Amino acid sequence: MAIDIQMPALSPTMEEGTLSKWLVKVGDTVASGDILAEIETDKATMEVESIDEGVVGKILIEAGTDGVKVGAVILQLLEDGESADVLSAPVGGDMIVEDDKGDDKPGTAGAVHPENAGANRDMSGGMPQAVAVANDPDIPTNIKMVETTVRDALRDAMAEEMRRDETVFVMGEEVAEYQGAYKVTRELLQEFGSRRVVDTPITEYGFAGIGCGAAMGGLKPIVEFMTWNFGMQAIDHIINSAAKTLYMSGGQMRCPIVFRGPNGAASRVGAQHSHDYASWYANVPGLKVVAPYDAADAKGLLKAAIRDPNPVVFLEHELMYGETFDVPDMDDFIIPIGKAKVRREGTDITLVSHSRMVGRCLEAADILAEQGISAEVIDLRTIRPLDTDTVIKSVKKTNRIVCAEEGWGQSGIGAEVAARVVAEAFDYLDAPPERVFQADVPLPYAANLEALSLPGTKDVVEAAKRACYK
Amino acid sequence: MAKKPSKKSEPKTDKDELLSYYREMLLIRRFEEKAGQLYGMGQIAGFCHLYIGQEAVVTGCRAAMKDGDQMITGYRDHAHMLACGMESRGIMAELTGRSGGLSRGKGGSMHMFSTEKHFYGGHGIVGAQVPLGAGLGFANKYLGNGSVSLAFFGDGASNQGQVYETFNMAKLWDLPVVFIIENNQYAMGTSVERSSAETELYKRGSSFEIEGIQVDGMNVLEVRDAAAKAIKHARDGKGPMILEMKTYRYRGHSMSDPAKYRSRDEVTKTRSERDPIDAVRHQLLDKGWADEADLKALDKEIKEIVKDAADFSLESPEPDPSELWTDVLLPVEG
Repeated sequence: MAIDIQMPALSPTMEEGTLSKWLVKVGDTVASGDILAEIETDKATMEVESIDEGVVGKILIEAGTDGVKVGAVILQLLEDGESADVLSAPVGGDMIVEDDKGDDKPGTAGAVHPENAGANRDMSGGMPQAVAVANDPDIPTNIKMVETTVRDALRDAMAEEMRRDETVFVMGEEVAEYQGAYKVTRELLQEFGSRRVVDTPITEYGFAGIGCGAAMGGLKPIVEFMTWNFGMQAIDHIINSAAKTLYMSGGQMRCPIVFRGPNGAASRVGAQHSHDYASWYANVPGLKVVAPYDAADAKGLLKAAIRDPNPVVFLEHELMYGETFDVPDMDDFIIPIGKAKVRREGTDITLVSHSRMVGRCLEAADILAEQGISAEVIDLRTIRPLDTDTVIKSVKKTNRIVCAEEGWGQSGIGAEVAARVVAEAFDYLDAPPERVFQADVPLPYAANLEALSLPGTKDVVEAAKRACYK
Repeated sequence: MAKKPSKKSEPKTDKDELLSYYREMLLIRRFEEKAGQLYGMGQIAGFCHLYIGQEAVVTGCRAAMKDGDQMITGYRDHAHMLACGMESRGIMAELTGRSGGLSRGKGGSMHMFSTEKHFYGGHGIVGAQVPLGAGLGFANKYLGNGSVSLAFFGDGASNQGQVYETFNMAKLWDLPVVFIIENNQYAMGTSVERSSAETELYKRGSSFEIEGIQVDGMNVLEVRDAAAKAIKHARDGKGPMILEMKTYRYRGHSMSDPAKYRSRDEVTKTRSERDPIDAVRHQLLDKGWADEADLKALDKEIKEIVKDAADFSLESPEPDPSELWTDVLLPVEG
């Protein structure tokens, strides 16, 4: 039997990639450990090593092919004495993702990150495209839209601000030569050089402090944490040095700094790499806390964060980096920090969320619509300051609310939103506020347990129906 | 890399210089004594860490700095502000929590700043000022402004993890920063011997290729010369140096110190044999650069300054209640 060599996954979230180069040809003898090919995704490049021995019998995917699915057979090895006759027919096009399938976006956790039944229906796909909402005041009409990933939108925001302001620089682990652990800083080193794109040792406490000192010294640092889980090492400087200094100095000492990186659950990375810090930082006066959902917001809000004279905690989401959305093609697209966005209008219930959970709420709104419930979806975008007005206005119309977040419930963002709604719109409520959040356990590794612990579309739908007494 | 001081010729100085150091150190001591007194009267609350005994360290370092060089320190910070030329009235009024304080009463003893005088705090978390100080050095290098940052910290902070993270990056990038360890021998009540596996703190940069020097921190001229060397080293682009200033605080760690961890004799002995102000006083008299009457007049002048600061700090009103809500965030421009 010939040995099938399959397209490997570079990361738990990878579903497909590019087979960029073959390093062997038909007839070559291959030993265990030999490099067979190079593959890449939008995040990384990797060499494929053989773990078997034999002779290359057939190459099934040509070099330079995009969209090769993980698990597709890319090469067949003949074992000792086998002839090429045992080889199968070439594999058909089903191994390759069609580029033009709009609902089949790469890079989501779907395949390895099954959510509840409601979410599972799009396991091979991604988040629903956020339909541009008519009432978005931040995007002028008649502006051309460009399809951009969240990753590239963040990169573009940094690049644009670095071109605009010489004092803006980015520092963090692997931001320069590696091109970013998640490629968010891709090609910044090439454009701006090592003075302004600074690789650090793995010492978050130290470089967050150096970043704060540099901000006090007149620069505008962007400090990247490879993930916010590691940012916990630096939380002392974020809170004690960045957030409190302006107040403690009677308004004299500024600390204009952006701390950014992926936050919350990724996919199958276990409890220590899946922590959502939104409510932690939301608790601290002196900070602004931003958690965008789509690419346009990621870009516009990151640009605003870099220009802000205050310290900003910018919470990204690893599972959103590869998602594609429309971004307005404007010279200087800025979204003001502190304004929520109504992503879908509705009359029966308000669904409030931020970051990736907005996608789940939009899906839930689709499902609820089929059941005759008209849901309004509010994307908070900024967690601090919290745009309570937009939420209250919506609740006064719908009289019902679901607050959904990926993090834990106790002292969570949903708890805060619900408290404010009860305080400010009590008489308008026809049902108690509902909350959707992560199970109150450290995030488990096993696929089924992880899925059980994370909130999904189904949970939002059920909460909405409870609030509507249906 | 690290070396102990070798016996060398006496540091050079002149009359004006030595008199100015004397005056500076005396101002610090009298100011701190007054702060201690006001604390005892209940006019200063919370934390109040006095610098008495350590005056030569900051005075000598300041003498070696140029305009534009920055200073940053921990919570024992009153003296650093006086050395930077910040108003004694504003410092004392901050201690009493009044609107005339440098932080308008919102910072307190440990949290004062002056962008004008290049003093960057005043930090209450032990060791935090070390990466912050290196960050100031990072900005200096990035901006090419030729300035050097001096980060002061104690023997206690020298055991903090972030200090070593910073040593590594500061040398890796050759940042223009000088690390000054004010080794007053006790981290609160824990002696260096009881807290540190390596008690020769100037060696703490060895594994980062950072040169360290041990300095008699009770001798203002030796402090000044060591600081000048380290500042030049940093300004020349050669990166950081560590200066371990062997010094001693006469008072407790803060105002609520039980004084059980060291003997009264130890304090008295240091005070009578190594006092940095007495040493300069004798030098001035021996060299004939001042007589008793001159020094008495100077003493009187300093007492007046301190009395004025104390009076101001008690007369200045408490902050307006509306101040509660200001300075949390800056408005976004444009």
